[in-house]
Amino acid sequence: MAENEMLVLKNLHKTFNPGTVTQKTALDGVNLTLQKGDFVTVIGGNGAGKSTMLNAIAGSFHIDSGSIILGGQNITSLPEHRRAAFLGRVFQDPMMGTAASMNIEENLALAARRGQRRSLSWGIRADERAAFREKLATLDLGLESRLGSKAGLLSGGQRQALTLLMATLKQPELLLLDEHTAALDPKTADKVLRLTNQLITENGLTALMVTHNMKDALALGNRTIMMHEGRVILDLDAQQKQDMTVEDLLAQFEQVSGRQLANDRMLLT
Amino acid sequence: MNITQLLNQLPGAAAQGLIWGIMAIGVYITFRILDTADLTVDGSFATGGAVAAILITSGVNPWLATIIAFLAGLMAGLITGVLHTGMGIPAILAGILTQLALYSVNLRIQGLGTDLGSRANVPLSINKYKNMLVSLRNVGNFSIENPIWLMLLITAVLIGIMYWFFGTEYGCGLRAVGSNQQMARAQGISTGRGKIVGLMLSNGLVAFSGALMAQYQGFSDVSMGRGAIVIGLAAVIIGEVIFGKLFRNFALKLLAVSLGAIIYYLVIQVVLWLGLNTDDLKLLTALVVALFLAMPYWRNHMAARRMKGGKPVG
Repeated sequence: MAENEMLVLKNLHKTFNPGTVTQKTALDGVNLTLQKGDFVTVIGGNGAGKSTMLNAIAGSFHIDSGSIILGGQNITSLPEHRRAAFLGRVFQDPMMGTAASMNIEENLALAARRGQRRSLSWGIRADERAAFREKLATLDLGLESRLGSKAGLLSGGQRQALTLLMATLKQPELLLLDEHTAALDPKTADKVLRLTNQLITENGLTALMVTHNMKDALALGNRTIMMHEGRVILDLDAQQKQDMTVEDLLAQFEQVSGRQLANDRMLLT
Repeated sequence: MNITQLLNQLPGAAAQGLIWGIMAIGVYITFRILDTADLTVDGSFATGGAVAAILITSGVNPWLATIIAFLAGLMAGLITGVLHTGMGIPAILAGILTQLALYSVNLRIQGLGTDLGSRANVPLSINKYKNMLVSLRNVGNFSIENPIWLMLLITAVLIGIMYWFFGTEYGCGLRAVGSNQQMARAQGISTGRGKIVGLMLSNGLVAFSGALMAQYQGFSDVSMGRGAIVIGLAAVIIGEVIFGKLFRNFALKLLAVSLGAIIYYLVIQVVLWLGLNTDDLKLLTALVVALFLAMPYWRNHMAARRMKGGKPVG
């Protein structure tokens, strides 16, 4: 295996509710290799398997077959909380990424210890507090003066920004972003997206970002993949992305899948 | 209705409230921190009493007996935790199953060393076991023997330990499990293990409280834990309603739970003094707890109605 491969997905299969009327094949042979430092945007219609692929990597469920290799280690059978040591995650629902009843600094302190053994020493050190304040200031949301506020009091955009910071506080081998701006208003979404790009570039992170916004998908990252019916059907490198417009992308999709990709949500945003 | 008669009852009510307050802190850990309603406590409270009583009657030092009762409570919580996380049984049902099983276990514990091998009641006379930690006999005295002093000390130490524990890296992880399981797992915390540890700690405190109650009242009874969960919830809720706005710090919140239990027992004394039949107490308690549990729901409902311009919702 090559030195630079950060993530290798080999022939992932997952069927939900097998043998029932709600049976759904969510992953139907996903193959994907990410090089270290790749920032890959993921697009596709509803039910294409984008979120399922991210959740399979994170270990929210076990896959039916295939293997997941992260940083050279086979993590296919590791439980979700053990994989957390290698992964930073931001969810679509802003409520998912933070503990609402705990304050900002406690959330950050939990994230700073992601994947480590939790000891009986004090949960937050004084020197950490100063570092948190500094990091929060870079978000430019005024959170640096609210370390003691409960995360539940923050707006959706503030919570997503905080979750992003938490996901990257301890450098992850892979950052998983699952439509993390979809629940935000356009202006806030734009701000969180810029922050995302900045954090990924500055830290040289490897990232997978699911988005329903074709423009963002083409503008950000060095690679774009398109999924359809549980498979990767299109893989564009940096050069191809640059040469492509949203219209080209839609046309490409129809050609590869034999279907129309566009729905209102994708065209209007 | 004689007012001195009531005043004479108040120290006893305070002592009982302090003992139940420790039980209520256990309930707080599951109900508020882990966000789970754990019904094991009705059984584990009596387990604590049974273990302490049988050890004390066989000559074990009461301090040691009370600590072993705490360990027995940990085991009770472990069983509920494994039923819940290891066997996928909903938490509330897992608690009920353990509680039911503990009834038989408690009869057996109390029957240790007897011919029948099972017993519903173990007497613990302070005349016979003079070194017991607390006894209602001394509750009217202004001496160091008065159980209120020791209970205040034990409560303060326990609140201190809980404050420290839930402030550690490990304790913060447990709080995250109760607050947001998805987030906890994403931070590398095993939610299953976290719930087990929380249930163990909670039931350990409940059994500890049961051990003290058996000594205080001078006997252990297999049904002494009946309705314990409701009394625990009452204490938690009374504490929150009265001190919620005042107490923000975690240690103070636990103090509010203990104060809630004391207030609960003082109020009980007053309504009994006013002529309520003891048999109707559980009904009254259930009604009060139901009302207080409904309050946040009603408050939200009213707020929603106001938002819709006074029109009913739905």
